[in-house]
Amino acid sequence: MSKTVITSSGNTLTSKFDKRFGRAEFFCLLDEATGQTSFIANEFKDANHGAGTKAAEFMVEQQVNKIISGDFGPKAKELLEKFDVQMVILQEELTIQAIVDRISKK
Amino acid sequence: MSYNIAIASGKGGTGKTTVSVSLFQTLRKELGGDVVLVDCDVEEPNDALFFANAKLLHNNEIKQRIPIIHTDKCTFCRKCVEYCEFNAVVVMPSVEFAEVNASLCHSCGACLVACQFDAITETEQLIGQVNHYDTGLIEGKLTVGSAMQTMLVKELKKHIPANKLLVLLDAPPGTSCQVVETVSDADYVILVTEPTPFGLHDLKLMVQLLREIGKPFGVVVNKSGLGNEEVYQFLDDDGIDLLGNIPINKLFASNYAKGDLLNNIPLEIASVVNQFTHKIMLNLGL
Repeated sequence: MSKTVITSSGNTLTSKFDKRFGRAEFFCLLDEATGQTSFIANEFKDANHGAGTKAAEFMVEQQVNKIISGDFGPKAKELLEKFDVQMVILQEELTIQAIVDRISKK
Repeated sequence: MSYNIAIASGKGGTGKTTVSVSLFQTLRKELGGDVVLVDCDVEEPNDALFFANAKLLHNNEIKQRIPIIHTDKCTFCRKCVEYCEFNAVVVMPSVEFAEVNASLCHSCGACLVACQFDAITETEQLIGQVNHYDTGLIEGKLTVGSAMQTMLVKELKKHIPANKLLVLLDAPPGTSCQVVETVSDADYVILVTEPTPFGLHDLKLMVQLLREIGKPFGVVVNKSGLGNEEVYQFLDDDGIDLLGNIPINKLFASNYAKGDLLNNIPLEIASVVNQFTHKIMLNLGL
């Protein structure tokens, strides 16, 4: 099973892709095998410190394999690398649906 | 009890160092060793550059306590994570991982209190040093790579001798925590600005900050003749004390660039410095 997270600005498939990782509004969890998606609010988005670290911690705990975001800060990157979470950087203006479609077409 | 005067600006490059060093030099003629200059711009202290013959008397290493989590004792209960206000503790039970991120840690010790399994101990990490010069200059210097500016400013202030009449605190630029820490126990703040839109914008931020924390202040306009008149209008409208107006002067600027700020001072500038020095002394009742 491959668990993918796409950072999202809202909690629906029509929401825009959020280019921030630690401070993304929502995380869209996508099961690449079944195409099923669910959305989780990012509880650390307004943290004064360490939002990226906390988001990375959450990803590892959720056993996420791949994250699609606009970029990753150095502290988050270090943690995600340590636990072999693949980081994919996208810089396009897209909806979550468009990204999901792109993955399923592969 | 010493009087503390902080020199701050908001915008960088307006002339905090020029004003601090000139003020210090002028006051030293009157007060001798009773005045100290403290360079609180710990990321890039430069006051010492203008005292070429200053000798370093001694220095203190400033260390930060960083907790270490021993995973052999850790039960991954995450209580320390809950206690940490700064999100510096990462504990992931599923992979038996527990670590403190030193660059987020503020050394508050809460995680040590949280841990009931003796899994956390502390180690020390150098964050900077405090240098004491024979000219009455004290400077804080942050270790490259450390992000603990505010902590270093706090420690730096503890090293200021208590028996001085006057302490001049040269603040870092901006309006962030390290600036707040620098001005927090000042009796008076001199704001240095330049008559440009950017200078005015950041001056307003600094004015807001000082009003919020209730500090009396006055403004020195540096590089007068540059930009526009808006800053004067602002000072007038807000009833802010204009302490002095340092004219823009190429010779003065090139002397500064050579580290020769205190020699061959143009007369028009020397008189402004004398003027605002006395004005500040009067304001403080000295």
